[in-house]
Amino acid sequence: MTIAPEEKKALVPDGYVRLTIDGREVDAPKGELLIRTCERLGIIVPRFCDHPLLDPAGACRQCLVEVEMGGRPMPKPQASCTMTVADGMVVKTQHTSPVADKAQQGVMELLLINHPLDCPICDKGGECPLQNQAMAHGRTDSRFVDVKRTFPKPLPISTQVLLDRERCVLCQRCTRFSEQIAGDPFIDLLERGAHQQIGVAQDKPFQSYFSGNTIQICPVGALTSAQYRFRSRPFDLVSTMGVDEHTASGAALRIDTRRGVVLRRLSGNDPEVNEEWIDDKSRFAFRYLTSKGRITRPMVRGADGQLAETSWTEALRVAAEGLLAARAGGIGVLTGGRLTVEDAYAYAKFARVAAGTNDVDFRARPHSDEELDFLASHVVGTGPEHLSYSRLEAAPAVLCVALEPEEEAPVVFLRLRKAALKTAQKVFHLGQWSTPAVLRTAVELGSAEPAARDNLIPAVPGAEAAVLADLPAHVVEALTGGGVILVGERAAEVPGLYSAVAALGARTGAAVGWVPRRAGDRGALDAGAVPNLLPGGRLVTDAAARAEVESAWGLAEGTLPTARGRDTDEILAAAAMGDIAALVVGGLDPNDLADPAAALAGLREIGFLVSLELHTSAVTELADVVLPVAPDAHRSGSYLNWEGRRREFGAALEAGGVLPDCRVLDTLAVEMDVDLFTQTPAAAAGELARLGSGNAAAPAAPALAPSEPLRPGFGQAVLASWRQLIDDASLAIDEPALAGTARPAVVRINAATAERLGLAEGADATVRTERGSITLPVALADLPDGVVWLPGKSGESQVRTVLGAGHGDLVGVTA
Amino acid sequence: MFEFFKGFGVTFSTMFKKVVTEEYPENFPPAAPRYHGRHQLNRHPDGLEKCVGCELCAWACPADAIYVEGGDNTEEARFSPGERFGAIYQINYLRCIGCGLCIEACPTRSLTMTNFYEMADDNRQDLIYTKEQLLAPLLPGMEQPPHPMRLGESEQDYYVQGPTLARANPKTDPVGEQVK
Repeated sequence: MTIAPEEKKALVPDGYVRLTIDGREVDAPKGELLIRTCERLGIIVPRFCDHPLLDPAGACRQCLVEVEMGGRPMPKPQASCTMTVADGMVVKTQHTSPVADKAQQGVMELLLINHPLDCPICDKGGECPLQNQAMAHGRTDSRFVDVKRTFPKPLPISTQVLLDRERCVLCQRCTRFSEQIAGDPFIDLLERGAHQQIGVAQDKPFQSYFSGNTIQICPVGALTSAQYRFRSRPFDLVSTMGVDEHTASGAALRIDTRRGVVLRRLSGNDPEVNEEWIDDKSRFAFRYLTSKGRITRPMVRGADGQLAETSWTEALRVAAEGLLAARAGGIGVLTGGRLTVEDAYAYAKFARVAAGTNDVDFRARPHSDEELDFLASHVVGTGPEHLSYSRLEAAPAVLCVALEPEEEAPVVFLRLRKAALKTAQKVFHLGQWSTPAVLRTAVELGSAEPAARDNLIPAVPGAEAAVLADLPAHVVEALTGGGVILVGERAAEVPGLYSAVAALGARTGAAVGWVPRRAGDRGALDAGAVPNLLPGGRLVTDAAARAEVESAWGLAEGTLPTARGRDTDEILAAAAMGDIAALVVGGLDPNDLADPAAALAGLREIGFLVSLELHTSAVTELADVVLPVAPDAHRSGSYLNWEGRRREFGAALEAGGVLPDCRVLDTLAVEMDVDLFTQTPAAAAGELARLGSGNAAAPAAPALAPSEPLRPGFGQAVLASWRQLIDDASLAIDEPALAGTARPAVVRINAATAERLGLAEGADATVRTERGSITLPVALADLPDGVVWLPGKSGESQVRTVLGAGHGDLVGVTA
Repeated sequence: MFEFFKGFGVTFSTMFKKVVTEEYPENFPPAAPRYHGRHQLNRHPDGLEKCVGCELCAWACPADAIYVEGGDNTEEARFSPGERFGAIYQINYLRCIGCGLCIEACPTRSLTMTNFYEMADDNRQDLIYTKEQLLAPLLPGMEQPPHPMRLGESEQDYYVQGPTLARANPKTDPVGEQVK
C-alpha cells in the first residue's frame, strides 16, 4: 500500500480568486465575469447578449449555469454573463450539469417561440449565433403550436439599416452599443412584456456614423444592411483582412469578396486600434471600386485634344518624353492624401531622383508653411510609443484643437467617448459649437442641458490660437501631468495655431498628436512626400541627412536638391505662371484646396500634366497622360495611421490589370532612365525601412504669433466650416444607402446673431461671397456671436468651390 | 472439342434472348420516374417563382455546380412571394453529378428534378443553364412575373394555402416533375 503524498496547492495570487468550473480548479482575477473564465478554460457557454466590449446585461438568459457558493447550491441556475467570480465558487456548466443543460434548452425554446423559421431568406443564415446554438444546445423539435408573433418587415431604421422585429431576441446588444459606445439617439426598447420590441423614435431623425456596428454584433438577423441585403452567404465569401482607407484611424477591416467583387466590409478585431468598431463610411463606402468612372486603361491625349485609350508602353513613353522635355523647366509632384506609405515613398523618390526637385506635396487641402514646420518638429517619425490609442484612453484629459473627432476621425472619437464614460476623462474641444461629439464626450452625462457642460472652449474662427494661449486655468491644470492634445488638419487654416499647440504642449507637458482626416497623410509625411523633408523625417536643408539618402539611393554626392521645395498652392500658382513645365498628380481633387479656381487655373495652364488616378476627375479631364492605378482592394501595402502605427494589408482581389502607384512610377522612371526600385510595395517598404530615420535632432517648433480673427461688418459673419464624415467624398460615390445617413447640410448660427441678421430657425439663409452663394435652412446652435457654420462639402454646401472661402473667412449672410 | 461447342453455345443461345440495346435516338425511351435528370425551378399556381434565392442548394451541392444570387423583391417588380427572390440562378451541368442533394435542401420545393437527360453540347458555356432555361414553363392560369401576389396578402398565404389552391385548380401542376 502506498500513501499518496498530500497535494500541495499553489497559493492564490493577489487579486485573484480560486474557483472550480466543471471540476477544474482555476484562478481568475477578481471581478471577472464567469462566462469569461469559462472561455479561458475552453468551455463555451452559449450566449447572445454577452459582448466583451459592452456592459453585462443578462438580457437573453441563454448562459445559465449551476452555481454553488460556500457549499450551498444557489436555488436556481444563474446567468454566467452577469455573475462575477468568487472564491470557492463551484460552477457546473451544461457539460456537467443536467440542470444547466435543461435550463439552457428551455431558454432556447422560449427564444425560438416567436423567432420565425425564415432562415432561408435571412441574411444572417449560415453565420447566425442563434442558428448555431439552436443546433448545438437546443431541442430537436418545438412544442409550440400557436401562431407566432409577427411584425411588418423589414422596418427601415435608416436608409442603410433595416430592422426585422420578428427575428429579434431582445438581447439589447444594439441598444447597449448605441448608448455605451456610440452615444447616438439610435434605437431602444419599446413597449413591455410580450409586445417588447426594438424601435426608433418617430420624431428624432436617425443619424449615426456607427450604425453598421449594430448589424455586425446582432446575434440574429434582426438588423441587416440595405447594401448587403440578400447578396450572398458566408460560404460564398473569401475574407481578407484590410485597413480602412477612408480615415486616418488605421482601423482593421474584414473584406468579404465573392467572385472578384467586394460584397461587404466588416470591422476587424484589433484591441490596440479600433477594438471591434468602425464607422459607417469605412464599412459601407467601397463601391467606388466598381463605379462607372473607374479608369482601367492608360490614356493619352491625342492631336484632336481627346483622351484615347492606349497601351501601357505607349502611355509611359509619351509621359516619359513629356517629363524629360519639361525637366529643365521644372516638374512638380502632387500626390493627394490617399496614398499608402509605399506609394508615397515612390512619389517622394520620383520627385527627388527622376524630377530632381523638392516640389512635392501630399497636402490636397488648405495648408501652411507653419504646418510643415510643426509636422517636422512634432509629428514625423513618432510612433505609438509616443501617443497611441491606449495612451489616449488612459490620459486624464484630452484637448481637441481644430479637430471634430467624430467627423474627421470617428474611431478616435469612440476612444475619447469610452474614456470619458469609463474613466471620467475630461475631453475639451476647442471649437465653435456643441457638436454631437462635444455633447457625447462630456462627463456629466446625467445632465440634459448642453449649457451645463463645460467641455467646449468656444473660439471665433481665426481666434483659436489666441484662445489656446489664454486657456482657462482648469483646462491647463487638467492637461498638466499626462494630458493629450490632438490637433486636426484644420489648424493649417488658422495662422499661429500650430505654434500655439506646440507651445501649449511644451508648457503643460501634454503629448501632442496630429490627427489628419485622410488615411494617407501621415504615411506621406514619413515617406518624405513633403517639400521640406526627405524620407525618414530628414530635413532637405540638412547636408548630412541628404548625404545619407544619397548613399542609400546610390546617387552621386550633391545630386539631391538642397532648397526647401514649394507646397501645393505654390506649385499650382507656379504652374499658372509658367514657372513649372510639368506636373505629376496623384489622387488630388482641386476642389479640396483652399482656392479651387486658382488650382484649376494651374492645372489648365501647365505645359504637361500626368495624372495617376482611380476615377475620371477634374485632373484627368485636363491631363495629357492618364495612368490608371490600383485601389486598395487590388493591391497590398500599408498605411501609417495617426499614431504612426504601420497598418499592413494584403490584396483582397486579384490585380485585375491595374498596378499600384509605386509600380507605375517605377516604370515611368525607368522610361526616364532612372531606377526607383519600387517595383512592388514590398520592395518600396523594404527600402524605406532600410533608410530608417535620420539621427538629426528635431527642428525647432514654429513660433508664429496668434492671428487676430476678422471682424464681421454689417450683414457679415465669420465662417466656420469643416467636412462631415459622410459627404460628397470622392470615395463615397455610388452608395445611396450610405448617403442617406449623412447629416443634413444646414447653416448653423446662434440665436442672437440670427435675430440680428433677420434669420429664423428652419427658414432658408443665404451665405455669400463675391464668388457665389449657398442657400440652406438655418439651425440654431451655440456658436459664438457673429459666426456662421457650414459643412465643407455636403450637397448644396460646397464651401470651397462655391464660396471660395474657408474656415475663418468673412462671408455675407442674408435671409 | 466439347470446349468448342460450349463456347459457340453461348453465342448461339444469345441469339434468341431479348435485345437490351436501346435504339437511341430514333427510339426515345423514358427514364425511370424518379430519375435524377435536369433541374427545374417551379412556380406557384399564379406564376410567381418559388425560388427565394436562399442558396441552400448551392450550399448542399458537393460538386459546387450551383451559383445563386438573391435579390430584393420590390412593390414594382415582384418575382416571388415575400422579400427575397433568386435573381441569378445557374446550374453548371459539367459539374452536376445528379446526386439530388440540392432537391433535398430546397426549403420551398422550388428546385426539383425532371427526368430529362439529353444534356450534351459542344461547348462549355451552353452547359451552364441559367434561370430562364431552368424555370418551369408557364401553365394555364399562370402569369409571367414580375407581377403582384395574386393568391393572398403575404407569402404565408402561398405556403399555407398553396396546396389547397393547387388542388382546387387541377389544371395547374405546380410541382411539374414530369416533362411531357
